[in-house]
Amino acid sequence: MPLITAGGPYLGATRWLYIQLSLEYRSIRDSLTGDYMVTYHACVTDDDQVFKALADPTRRFLLDLLFQRDGRTLKDLESRLAMTRFGVMKHLKVLEDAGLVVTRRSGREKLHFLNAVPIRMIHDRWIDKYREREVSALLALKAELEDKER
Amino acid sequence: MTDKAATILVFRIVIKASAQAIWDAITKPEWTERYAYGGRAHYELKGGGRYHHEASPEMKSFGLPDKVILGEVLETDPPRKLVQTWHPQFTPDMIAEPPSRLTYEIAEGQGVCTVTITHDVTGAPMVAGMVPGGGDPAKGGGGWPWVLSDLKSLLETGARMPT
Repeated sequence: MPLITAGGPYLGATRWLYIQLSLEYRSIRDSLTGDYMVTYHACVTDDDQVFKALADPTRRFLLDLLFQRDGRTLKDLESRLAMTRFGVMKHLKVLEDAGLVVTRRSGREKLHFLNAVPIRMIHDRWIDKYREREVSALLALKAELEDKER
Repeated sequence: MTDKAATILVFRIVIKASAQAIWDAITKPEWTERYAYGGRAHYELKGGGRYHHEASPEMKSFGLPDKVILGEVLETDPPRKLVQTWHPQFTPDMIAEPPSRLTYEIAEGQGVCTVTITHDVTGAPMVAGMVPGGGDPAKGGGGWPWVLSDLKSLLETGARMPT
């Protein structure tokens, strides 16, 4: 993916968020006990599709392009990648299925828009929830230990 | 080519609720005060009808005016489509901007509805900077993603997200 590296120092907000999400995701996963995999497979949700869609540098690059300027055509997106039109379409399909990209017709053109809602939902429903639980467990532990010391 | 000056933002969410329930949650004051920033929406649901969003007591305590958002209803097709102008009165800068154009579309299928907000914020950079969210909802930075996420929680679980 030479063009992505050629993108250089630009660290788009989407990529930044992805890094945050994947780091937090990993820490949540690691903090859970062994039954994590069971829970994961028993409950395949939209979140899985979002994480899967974000777990690819080309797709994150496409999201970054839309973050810079929304409402792009396939032709425009394609011109930024060293990839066939079909390859780009396949990536866009994954992003669209995950709800991260929404398309609209404008005359003869199909325009691609970034939809930040699924990322917000992962943040609200997932990361905040576990972070809260970890924090409250630590607070309870602190209270208990301090109580014993008295 | 598309008009370069046009700035359109799109926000989409899938909600397990009927189109009518979603329509009511967007257009009825007894619903709008129950999620996101609260406050009561007042719509005259017909082309050319008036719209305003009545500030919640909390918004008023921050010094916001009684009518925090003004607008005009441009098109209604209940419970599927609502087009309106949307002009927030949060700051003098925003008041000075032209009204933005907001479209709600609700598509029903397979027991769920897809809600799409298309916000044409052309010529309104303050609004364009605010509505994508990404900030702290408690400080007013939630934008449409947070509003829609909260609406989904309310309609699917009967309760808001804990904040």
